[in-house]
Amino acid sequence: MDTLDRRPTDDLQAARPDGSAQEALAAVERRAREVIGDEGVISDHMRLRTYECDGLAHYRVRPGLVVIPDDAQQLAEVVRVCAEHDLPFVARGAGTGLSGGALPHADGVLVVTSRMRSIREMRPQDQRAVVDPGVINLDVTRAATPHGYYYAPDPSSQQICSIGGNVAENSGGAHCLKYGFTTNHVLGAQFVTPQGELVELGSAAPDAPGYDLLGAVVGSEGTLGIVTAATVRLVRLPEEVRTVLVGFETTDQAGAATSAIIAAGIVPAAIEMMDALAIEAAEAAVHCNYPAGAGAVLVIELDGAAVEVSQEYDEVERLCRENGSFEQRLATDPADRALIWKGRKSAFAAVGRISPDYIVQDGVIPRTALPQVLKAIADLSGTSGVRVANVFHAGDGNLHPLVLFDDATEGAGEAAEKVSGAILDLCIEHGGSITGEHGVGIDKAKYMPRMYDDDDLDTMQLVRCAFDPDNISNPGKVFPTPRLCGEVPGRHKGAHPLQEAGLAEVF
Amino acid sequence: MTAPSTTELGTAAREAVTSACEDVRDARAEDRVDGVEPSLVARPTSTEQVSEVLRAAAAHGLRVVPRGRSTKLSWGMPPSAVDVVLDVSALDSVVDHAAGDLIAVTQAGARLADVQETLSAGGQQLAVDEMVPGGSVGGAIAANTSGPRRFVAGTLRDLMIGITVVRADGVVAKAGGRVVKNVAGYDIGKLMIGSLGTLAVVTEAVFRLHPLPQARRWVTAPVDGPEQAHQLSQAVVHAQAVPAAVEVDCPAGGPGTVSVLLEGKPDGVAGRAATVRELLGGRSGPGESEEAPAGWASYPWSPGTTGLKLTCVLSGVGDVLAVAREVGADVRGSAGSGVLYAAVADADRVGTAVQRLRKICQRHQGSAVVVDAPAHVKRSVDVWGPVPALELMRSVKHRFDPDSRLSPGRFVGSI
Repeated sequence: MDTLDRRPTDDLQAARPDGSAQEALAAVERRAREVIGDEGVISDHMRLRTYECDGLAHYRVRPGLVVIPDDAQQLAEVVRVCAEHDLPFVARGAGTGLSGGALPHADGVLVVTSRMRSIREMRPQDQRAVVDPGVINLDVTRAATPHGYYYAPDPSSQQICSIGGNVAENSGGAHCLKYGFTTNHVLGAQFVTPQGELVELGSAAPDAPGYDLLGAVVGSEGTLGIVTAATVRLVRLPEEVRTVLVGFETTDQAGAATSAIIAAGIVPAAIEMMDALAIEAAEAAVHCNYPAGAGAVLVIELDGAAVEVSQEYDEVERLCRENGSFEQRLATDPADRALIWKGRKSAFAAVGRISPDYIVQDGVIPRTALPQVLKAIADLSGTSGVRVANVFHAGDGNLHPLVLFDDATEGAGEAAEKVSGAILDLCIEHGGSITGEHGVGIDKAKYMPRMYDDDDLDTMQLVRCAFDPDNISNPGKVFPTPRLCGEVPGRHKGAHPLQEAGLAEVF
Repeated sequence: MTAPSTTELGTAAREAVTSACEDVRDARAEDRVDGVEPSLVARPTSTEQVSEVLRAAAAHGLRVVPRGRSTKLSWGMPPSAVDVVLDVSALDSVVDHAAGDLIAVTQAGARLADVQETLSAGGQQLAVDEMVPGGSVGGAIAANTSGPRRFVAGTLRDLMIGITVVRADGVVAKAGGRVVKNVAGYDIGKLMIGSLGTLAVVTEAVFRLHPLPQARRWVTAPVDGPEQAHQLSQAVVHAQAVPAAVEVDCPAGGPGTVSVLLEGKPDGVAGRAATVRELLGGRSGPGESEEAPAGWASYPWSPGTTGLKLTCVLSGVGDVLAVAREVGADVRGSAGSGVLYAAVADADRVGTAVQRLRKICQRHQGSAVVVDAPAHVKRSVDVWGPVPALELMRSVKHRFDPDSRLSPGRFVGSI
C-alpha cells in the first residue's frame, strides 16, 4: 500500500483476503469505460497518484481506480457496479477538505465530481439555485449577484472548493454566525444511494414530508451516498455592509469585546479574531496592513438594512473602545473591505511564511470559555515550546489554532501532533466539539469516542446501516470502529472478513 | 381500513411497565390517541426512567406512543395500535440557559411557553412561534411546527444543536452538543424533527437562542385577492428591508391581508417599517401597529375541521392561494417562505380540496399534507401524498425500530 503517513491508515483499509478486489476493480473499470468513456476513467498508476490525498496531504493512499463522470446517471451506474461487486467508493469534489474525508481507498473507486459543474437553474424569484456537485462555491454567488442574491456559506476556500464537498462536510465559513451552515442552505438534493439508485431528497419548497433524510446526509462526509445535484437557498444581498478592523493589545480584550457585542443583542454577520502570531503571518504573506503592534485583531462585519447597520456600528464601535481597542478602521469601499478579509481568509496559507510546517486544527468551545481556553493553549505552547498561531471565528467559538513545526527537526512533528491533540481535549473538556467545520474524516475518527459514548456512536451507525448496509460508501471515515450492520431483510451474505478476523463486531 | 381495537395487556407486560417507572396508571378515555385506546399511561420523570419503560416495552413487544402535552395527537394518521402512552410531561424543566453562549438545554416535556418565559428573563428567546397553545418542546420537534418567524430564523431544524433520545430498545443516545458550530458525527436531531414519534423518544434538546428584539412592529395591508396577496408579499420578500416575517391571511369568503413583521432596534424598525409601507402600497393602504394582527401565528383551522399544510416555491404562492380560494379554503401562512396553511370546514369537500391543492403545490415543487382532521376524514384521503425516497425512510425506521412499535402507522407510508 501506498501510505507515506506517520499514522497507520492501512489498518482501516484491510484488503480483501482473497485478492478478489482486483477482479472487482477490473469489472468496474470495464463498465465505467463503457458508460463514461476512456477520458473519464483513470487506471494508470502515475496518474492515480494525483488523487492520493485531499487538502490534508499527510494522509496518502493511491486509489484503485479513478472515475470522473459527466453526469448523475453515469455516476449512479458506477456506484451501482461498485455495489454489485461490494467494492468501496469514495466521493471527491475539489479535494480541498482538511480532515482526509476524501482520502481514497486502495482497493476502491474514487468518484470525482470535477466534471459535473454546471449551474442547472438560477431562480432568484424562488430564491433557489440548482447546481451540480462540482460547481465551485463562489461561482454560485457570482451567478446570483447580478440578480441581487448570493449563496451564504463561505468557507475560506470558497474560490476553489465545490458545493458537493460543502454538502458532504456541512461547511461553514466566517458568515455562518448569522446565516448558518450548508445544512441551513441546502433544501433538496439528487442523491445516489450506495446501491446506485438515484433518489430525490428534500425539495425546492420547504418542509418536504417524511423524515429529513437530507438533514442526515448533509455533513455525513460521503458515508451515506453521493449528492449529484443540490438545490440551494439564495439570500438577498444586504442593503449595506460595514466591515471594521479593530486592534487590541490582548486576545482577552478582543474576547471581552466580542462578548459585549453579543450581550448587546447584536448578531454581526461575522466576528473573526487573529492573535499576534497569526497577524504576523498574514502581514508577511499578503501585506494586509493590520494595526501595528496588535496582540489581537477583530474583523467585525455588520450587514442588513442601512438604518439598522449604522446604529449597530455605533454600538460596536463604542463596545470595542470600552474594552480597550486602540485602533478601529472602517472599510469605506469594497477594496478596503477585500483587503481586511484577505488577511483573514489567507491566514492558513500565510502561516507557511513563518513556519515550514504546520497543522491546521479545528475545534469548538462555548464562546464564553474563550479566555480560559486561550490561556490553556498559551500554557501548552509555553511548556512544549511548540508555537501556536490562533485564528478563529470568535462569534461562535470555532478555533483554528495553527500549530507550527519544522519537520526537518527530529521529534518536532510528534510534538506538534501532541499539542494539536491536547487542544482538542481542551475543547471537549469545555463542552465543545472536535470539529466545527473541517469534518471528522480520517483525521479525527479516533477522537469521536471522546465526544460520544458507544451508544451515541451506535445510534449514528444505525443511520449508516440504513443507507449503506454493506459499508462501501467512504468506509473508514468518521467512525473509529467499523461496525457491521447485520441482517438486511431478503439479503444473505457470508460472514464479513473483518468479522471473521475479529476486527469488527456485528451491530 | 377497520377501526383500531383495544389490546389486552398481559400481566407480565403490565408488571414490567409498572416496575419501570413510579407513575404508571390505567389509561382513561382522555388518553386515547386519535381515537385509539391504550392500556397504560407511564409518566417517567427522567431520561433513565424513559429508558426503563422502553426496555420493558421492548421485552414484551408493546407498542408505545410518546406524548408531550396532548395538543397534536390527532396529527398524522391514527396509530394502528397503542399499548402504552409514554407521557413525558414530567420532564418539564429548562436544564440550563447559558445566556452568554446563546444556548439553552430543555427537557422535552417543558411547555414551549414556559421555556420562553424562562429565557426572556435573560433577554433571549427560542426563535420559534408557538402555533398550538400549551404545546411542549418535544411535541414541536415531533410535529415540526413553525410559524411566521421561520422567515428570519428558520425552523426547529435550524435551531436545534443537540438532542438526547431514547431508542425503541431503551438505549439512550445523544447527538450534537452544546455549541452551535459542530460537524462531528451524524445529525440525528434532524431525523427526529417531524418524525411524529416514530423513530425514538426525545427527552432533551439543546437550542441556539436569539436575543429578544427591542422593538417589534407589524405593517398590514389589505388585499383584494390571491394575486394582490402574491404581488405584495413577494415585493417585500425581494426587497432589502429584512423583515422577520411576511404573512398572508386570505379567508375563503372575502378580501385578505398581507402582514409584515419587523424586529430589531427601535430606530431601525421604524425606518424599515416605512420602507415596507411604501412597498405595500404607500400611505393610504397599510397600517402600522405594535400589536400582532388577529390570527397571527395560529393555524386557520379549528378542532374537528381539516387542516392542510401547503408548500411551494415562492413564485407559486399566488397560484396556490388562488386554488385554495376556488376550493373554499381559508388560508393563512408564510407567503415569504412558501408555507401556507389551509382550513377546509366542510368534510365532504376535503377529498376534492386535497386533490386540487396537491396538484397545484406539486406543480410548484411543493406538497400538500393533511396535518389534522377527524379520523374518518383522514381515512378517506391520502394524508401524505407522494413521498420520494420512501424506501430509504422505511430503512431508517427499520434500523431504529425494527418491530415497528413506536407510534406505528402515524407517519408517511404507514411507518
